[in-house]
Amino acid sequence: MTRMAATRDGYGQALLDLASNEKVVVLEADLGKSTKSLHFRKAYPERTFSFGIGEQNMMLGAAGLASSGYIPFASTFAIFTERGFEQVRNGIARPNLSVHLCGSHGGVHTGTDGSSAQSIEDLAIYRTLPNMTILHPCDDVSTRLLTIQLADHDGPSYTRTARNSTPVIYDGREDEIVIGKGIVVNDGNDVAIFACGVALHEAVKACHQLEQEGISVAVIDMHTIKPLDIDMVNKYAEKCGAIVTAEDHSVIGGLGSAIAEHLVKENPTPMEMIGVQDRFGESAQAHEMLELMGITHKDIANACQKVMTRKN
Amino acid sequence: MNTTIKGSIEQRTLIAMLSKSELESMARRCRVEICKMTHRAKAGHPGGSLSEIDILVALYGNYLSVKPDQPKWSDRDRFILSKGHASPGMYAILSEIGFIENQDLESYRVKGGICQGHVDMKWTPGVDFSAGSLGMGLSFGIGCALAAQLDESERQIYVMLGDGELQEGSIWEAAMAAAHHELGNLNVFVDRNNIQNDDFCIEQMRMFDIPSKWISFGWHVKEINGHDMEEICSGIEWMKQNKDGPSVIIANTVKGKGVSFMENNPQFHGAAPNDEQLALALEELGVIQ
Repeated sequence: MTRMAATRDGYGQALLDLASNEKVVVLEADLGKSTKSLHFRKAYPERTFSFGIGEQNMMLGAAGLASSGYIPFASTFAIFTERGFEQVRNGIARPNLSVHLCGSHGGVHTGTDGSSAQSIEDLAIYRTLPNMTILHPCDDVSTRLLTIQLADHDGPSYTRTARNSTPVIYDGREDEIVIGKGIVVNDGNDVAIFACGVALHEAVKACHQLEQEGISVAVIDMHTIKPLDIDMVNKYAEKCGAIVTAEDHSVIGGLGSAIAEHLVKENPTPMEMIGVQDRFGESAQAHEMLELMGITHKDIANACQKVMTRKN
Repeated sequence: MNTTIKGSIEQRTLIAMLSKSELESMARRCRVEICKMTHRAKAGHPGGSLSEIDILVALYGNYLSVKPDQPKWSDRDRFILSKGHASPGMYAILSEIGFIENQDLESYRVKGGICQGHVDMKWTPGVDFSAGSLGMGLSFGIGCALAAQLDESERQIYVMLGDGELQEGSIWEAAMAAAHHELGNLNVFVDRNNIQNDDFCIEQMRMFDIPSKWISFGWHVKEINGHDMEEICSGIEWMKQNKDGPSVIIANTVKGKGVSFMENNPQFHGAAPNDEQLALALEELGVIQ
């Protein structure tokens, strides 16, 4: 039986793992119970700071702590980090301060809370900022490992986690998880699926479906959106000659865009992008939202079939 | 850690207090540089630089524990110019204190120059915060103040806000949080010069009773004449004595102070003096030409 967990739990565990580093501090904006920083708060209240429902203030409070030698981890919902976007832009990214933001409840997979809570643009907007590292892991193990690595990471970062549980695929594979390095979850020759977050699991299911049809599919977990693992992208563009990207995010500006922006310069390759097609979400269960937005394994498998017809 | 704290106290005692007349002379020299910088750049913000400068001079001249030869000394007091457009005032005092050279002032707004249009910690030694977008410095100061408390350091955090800047909602998020966290090491000046970019504040957005707002947010509040060195110095000492929560000084100032035709004139919020105006300004400031 596959273990199920939410990536936000991996974030909460990582903060506890990092607590032995006395420079690590945690900032909250009244959503610690949801982002899972509450575990750190309970154990280390003297190093946990509440900013109330005030995200703009939290962003720059984190910047001030970072400028004074601390390693701040600040979290709220992905959508509410956007409230402080200009603070992140001008006060964190521009002076290149090592502030680590975590936006939980990202994507339409967030579900019944509806469109106001379903950030579908966070990866895109933070990706435009110089100096920022952007992470969107797919399970609690990789979230935990990547968050731990951030404590030694130079420069600011944004990590998107998800509200709901998804399969855990990296138990016992901790050594493979490194910021900036994609992970080959399944190797194949006919088509490559680059995916991140909850969409990675749909990609794996699509892969299994296609393999039964005799198609050899590579699935690559691109937990780091920026800096993009261009060696991995180049390798599988060359090897498979057809690419599908899958993300619980707008197709404008996310993982698919990042890969397309790279390939169009170096190795134009037929691509299909699975993601939110320039629309807002609504209230529904997580799996219903993926169906509504066309981010299921069936959509990904169809996109693979389609893109393969365009191979050179 | 104890060594660091001790060091910072010793550093403070090493500072020889400047007299009122010495501070006033320094402020006059800074005013001259503010006019020259903006004139040379044909751009910039002389009005708010001239209104804030007496406070900057008193702070850097007599109170800030900093080491110009070690701008990143970790236990230094912090000065955060949140109204980052008033950078000519900052560069003038940094030059006086020795963080930068007088000739660096010529790089203001020049390609590759260390004196950027708005103060920037990545470009200028002695600048603690990259400003330019209003409403941000107080929040950054909260982070610095929390860090000082975690370090068990007595270092002080000073933040300079504009009065128009109080219209930014994020200021009040920060004001609430600073009082909540009882940041007795956080000290704020509001440069109450009554003028903002487009016009007088009262025309753009009436702010009503500013001291009462801060009092109701849980701050220690004092009003002073922001051009009177004795009032500024006693105000700073009052701030430092308030250990149980943050302090704010509403400094009543005159935009463009010291240059008659700039005083209380919204035109000089963001416009440089031309050749003729510079000559007049320097004459008024006692520069023999």
